Amino acid sequence: MVVKLYGQVTAACPQRVLLCFLEKEIEFEIVHIDLDTFEQKKPEHLLRQPFGQVPAIEDGDFKLFESRAIARYYATKYSDQGTNLLGKSLEHRAIVDQWADVETHYFNVLAHPIVINLVIKPRLGEECDVVLVKDLKVKLEEVLDIYENRLASNRFLAGDEFTMADLTHMPAMRYLMGIIDINRMVKARVNMNRWWEEITARPAWKKLMVMAGS
Amino acid sequence: MKGEHKQPAYLALQPFGTVPTVVDGDYKIFESRAVMRYVAEKYRSQGPDLLGKTVEERGQVEQWLDVEATTFHPPLLNLTLHIMFASVMGFPSDEKLIKESEEKLAAVLDVYEAHLSKSKYLAGDFVSLADLAHLPFTDYLVGPIGKAYMIKDRKHVSAWWDCISSRPAWKECLEKYSFPA
Repeated sequence: MVVKLYGQVTAACPQRVLLCFLEKEIEFEIVHIDLDTFEQKKPEHLLRQPFGQVPAIEDGDFKLFESRAIARYYATKYSDQGTNLLGKSLEHRAIVDQWADVETHYFNVLAHPIVINLVIKPRLGEECDVVLVKDLKVKLEEVLDIYENRLASNRFLAGDEFTMADLTHMPAMRYLMGIIDINRMVKARVNMNRWWEEITARPAWKKLMVMAGS
Repeated sequence: MKGEHKQPAYLALQPFGTVPTVVDGDYKIFESRAVMRYVAEKYRSQGPDLLGKTVEERGQVEQWLDVEATTFHPPLLNLTLHIMFASVMGFPSDEKLIKESEEKLAAVLDVYEAHLSKSKYLAGDFVSLADLAHLPFTDYLVGPIGKAYMIKDRKHVSAWWDCISSRPAWKECLEKYSFPA
């Protein structure tokens, strides 16, 4: 029996888990939850994820939600196979956790509303909050400067190896890179550009993009 | 309060200019939940096991720790900033945002109420980092923010809150590290 992931393969949070599965060489099955028809808010899915979001996993009797928690669980459980995503020591793992948490608190808080306004709302025929997006982009530039500085002296966010800290950024980064002026912001920063090119050249990422129809 | 966290000396430790950062000899780490995980793992053999006993239990702990970070914390942070700190920090308190944030937080607490009616603590029948992570800002909610009813009006959330906030370690924390006047 393989783990079932409930979600949409094109959505960022399910992609975070899928990328972890691919890096760790874990077999999985995707059960499509249609976000365009708000299937995630319907009673059947609310039993799996009471906040009405994707993804959720079922692995036999074991159930979990929150994509970052799911990714950490599988990275821990399968620490002996595939890519080591959690560092080489307890101290290194904590630095991986540190930069993974930075993604939640500094990066995603900006990336998420930008993507909602510039990618999702147009698709749903809703109006974009132009003033908000302008403000978010200014804040994003400041955060990217901090990342640029970090990547100037570190090949990857948590040191000299690819870890969960880098992986967790990738799904939302990919959406941001599809927005012209943000793409330019990243490319204008030598180390961010180098980092993004290197991590998107990874075979697991390329497989994910094929799955997502990109 | 004096903006020390935005000064160059601190930014060299924590480039986002926020607290906390922990320095242990040459080792430094920021992001409070990353620090919590590190300490809980490093000192696993002493005190309660805050990460659960199995990989699966740890998964549940991580799940609720992430719920706190992504879903519980953001609306409560808005309430904290706009009710407790707006005048001190010199920005106008946004009444519309306060109302929306309270509604969002209420919806989240309804989910917690249903969950805690079946589970003593968030990750199961053991106290974990997930419960502890809720203490500081919920303490603001029931105290200076003045919205204790959000907790008290929910039977199981209220019982959970009474249980975790009466832990000796939390009481010691509040005693030793009270908010500067």
